[in-house]
Amino acid sequence: MLVRHGLRNRPWPRAWRAPDLRAAYDVVIVGAGVHGLATAYYLARNFGVTNVAVIDKGYIGGGGSGRNTAIVRSNYLTPEGVAFYDRSVKLYEQLAAELNFNVMFSQRGHLTLAHNDSSLRTMRWRAEVNKLQGVDSEVIGPDEIARLVPFMDVSEHTRYPILGALYHPPGGTIRHDAVNWGYARAADAMGVEIHQQTELLGIDVVDDEVVGVTTSRGHISTPVVVNCTAGWSSLISAMAGITLPISTHPLEAAVTEPVKPFLHTVVVSGTLHVYVSQTDRGELVFGASTDSVASYSMRGSLAFCEELAGHVLELMPSLSKLRVLRQWAGLCDMTPDFSPVMGVTPVQGFLVDVGWGTYGFKAGPVSGEAMAELIATGKTPEMIAPFDLARFPEGRLVGEKGAAAVGH
Amino acid sequence: MLLVPCPWCGPRGSAEFRFVGDASSRPDASAPKPDEWRAYLYAQANEADWTTETWYHRAGCRRYFKVERHRVSNEVRSAP
Repeated sequence: MLVRHGLRNRPWPRAWRAPDLRAAYDVVIVGAGVHGLATAYYLARNFGVTNVAVIDKGYIGGGGSGRNTAIVRSNYLTPEGVAFYDRSVKLYEQLAAELNFNVMFSQRGHLTLAHNDSSLRTMRWRAEVNKLQGVDSEVIGPDEIARLVPFMDVSEHTRYPILGALYHPPGGTIRHDAVNWGYARAADAMGVEIHQQTELLGIDVVDDEVVGVTTSRGHISTPVVVNCTAGWSSLISAMAGITLPISTHPLEAAVTEPVKPFLHTVVVSGTLHVYVSQTDRGELVFGASTDSVASYSMRGSLAFCEELAGHVLELMPSLSKLRVLRQWAGLCDMTPDFSPVMGVTPVQGFLVDVGWGTYGFKAGPVSGEAMAELIATGKTPEMIAPFDLARFPEGRLVGEKGAAAVGH
Repeated sequence: MLLVPCPWCGPRGSAEFRFVGDASSRPDASAPKPDEWRAYLYAQANEADWTTETWYHRAGCRRYFKVERHRVSNEVRSAP
């Protein structure tokens, strides 16, 4: 049927509507990325709340949701983190069937390399925390790494010898655009309105309560505003008078020209600040750690490419002739404890789902599910309770640095 | 790469420096209030605008100093 339609030279049916902005909604979600769209989708599906507007100043999945390196895993360090991301993996596993949209989830296995004794110790710790919670995760040695990744240099005399790895078989990659589009189409079909090219200009707060928002296309009355943005989350929260513990840092990534499939797992090295996977098209996708200098700039840099190439060749010397096709950057909202900020704020009706650093995409489904529950029932689900904004003034940080700082 | 104007060494590449963060002022240590200190520790203005920030010239004169930088364009100028 697809082929028949393609040959007829007629316009394709739209996957979602482009409606006029109405004067009032029950819920306004800011940001049409995976977090905002998943929140809208689960609000409609699980709770029947469909009088919802998702607004975005750009287009669907144009921010972090379309710029990440599409890696999904759940082998975190803290029990809170493991439970949370494991739920996300479970939701991703059934997503294609549920949305009737091929999200190309490939659970090809995920390797986090250890180059020194202390990281090997953290891997062991993570593996045990993971296994206790029923997540498949194990520390493996160089022999098995060489078997899984034949091109890897596991010899002893390299600058950063590979001592072992945390192997996480259910981890893998997913087509991030397909996830965004699938959620958008399904939410739209249930009545949610998605407004692209609609910039949030202000949030109206009266007596510490949200009453509406001003957008570039007009004013909306609403009792609930959910900040599901990345990069701009501080600026949007400031509109409601909320200061977040967030610093925005760019993260650069790059892809090479496509080659035959040879890399069947995701490989991450925290020490070398690099992670790599091969797409179904054959391109190698590389990412790095965030730039240590806070910035909203999304320009690529030569310094990044040079450093990346050095680190990749340290791991896989045989890639030296591969050419980089393109590079880009996305914005990561970093929190002090490498965990998100989710839930209610001191302003009634202003909710946040922000501070997703470098791990936001893999948490999209579970965040949407939990935020939808919070919006619909008014009660914070237990799963996201540790990630509340009040943990900073109260001094109970989560501490996910060992697993989230670079590990994708 | 950014060129950071070190008041002692002149403009140098940012790889020589450590970006410390916003140039915020410490709360009064003689009358400590937990809220103030936690806000000092964690809260960030994170503006997409000109900001005054602290840098450390770790591979140079090892001084801490302030610069102004635009967080969107990355344009840098010496703090007054």
